[in-house]
Amino acid sequence: MASLKALKLRIGSVKSTQKITKAMKMVAAAKLRRAQEAAQNGRPYAERIERVVASLAAQLAGGPAVSPLLAGTGRDQTYLLVVATSERGLAGAFNTNIVRAARRRAEELAAQGKTVKFFLAGKKGRVLRRLFPNQIVADPDLSAIKSVTFEDARRVSDDLLARFAAGEFDVAELFYAKFVSALVQEPTGMQIIPVAVPVQAASAMSTSGDAVVEYEPDEEAILADLLPRNVAIQVFRAMLENAASEQGSRMNAMDNATRNAGDMINRLSIQYNRTRQAAITTELVEIISGAEAL
Amino acid sequence: MALHFELVTPERLVRSEEVYMVVVPGTEGDFGVLEGHAPFMSTIRDGSLSIYRAQGATPETLPITGGFAEVNAKGLTVLAEQTA
Repeated sequence: MASLKALKLRIGSVKSTQKITKAMKMVAAAKLRRAQEAAQNGRPYAERIERVVASLAAQLAGGPAVSPLLAGTGRDQTYLLVVATSERGLAGAFNTNIVRAARRRAEELAAQGKTVKFFLAGKKGRVLRRLFPNQIVADPDLSAIKSVTFEDARRVSDDLLARFAAGEFDVAELFYAKFVSALVQEPTGMQIIPVAVPVQAASAMSTSGDAVVEYEPDEEAILADLLPRNVAIQVFRAMLENAASEQGSRMNAMDNATRNAGDMINRLSIQYNRTRQAAITTELVEIISGAEAL
Repeated sequence: MALHFELVTPERLVRSEEVYMVVVPGTEGDFGVLEGHAPFMSTIRDGSLSIYRAQGATPETLPITGGFAEVNAKGLTVLAEQTA
């Protein structure tokens, strides 16, 4: 049995660990609120741009001068998987889940004979570096970002678009954790290039848009201007959702850790008390038997 | 008699209010939008929105960069990348 002193030390160390996890949980909860708000604030813009792109795309579908961002390059040989992860760990299974989703998709594509490349947005995606050492095309350093701004998302999407224009890939998919609630985050894969037009939105537009809309300049020019922006928005939205998910996930993980530490302290205290009692009893027995011997 | 005007950036909904007229810096020239404007869509260049709260009032200017404007039956929506 462990000595009294050792137990005491152990309890002290678990207690200070609990203090840290508790503090981390509270920090995550506060950040979660802010991240959630940011994700919500970004919604109106994303919804509107999506609607406009859908309606324009529906009008121009099959037309001659459609941008490859919408129609694709005509091939689907090379896939670029954009994996958005967090910059910090200790967030439960958050990063693992995203990486796993991306990995599964990569294996699926590889089995179909496609070429897969990775674009790592976030430090914690680097596990993929070990698994697919020669397929990483970029991993921009995003560690300086405290709260995601549109500028950050634009930098990532500009890089993506430049690579697309250079013909480095045909299809891009974005992996991130969708924020469902503070308890549930869903790792999600989404095609961003070429733009997957939501069919529902498109058909809803064509029925309700009875008025003839004037375009300035023409539809093609507007669409050409909008599509890159749409990619940036999708990236931005993923980053925002990811930020919220990360905090939610961390809050949970730290809550569990705090509770575990509490259980451990209880267990150790009981053991400590028992050991102490046993020591006292032995001492008493010794004294009494000593006194009796006199 | 008011025009419903919304200004949205990727980060938030900046404005949502009833105004008299908004002058938007379109790529092919400025255009003013009053209530009942025909459905219209245009890209915008970097410049300033002029918001007239009432007829003849002094306009409030709001610099914006990048984006586009959409006019439909509900009003005017300006999607800008940034506002100052």
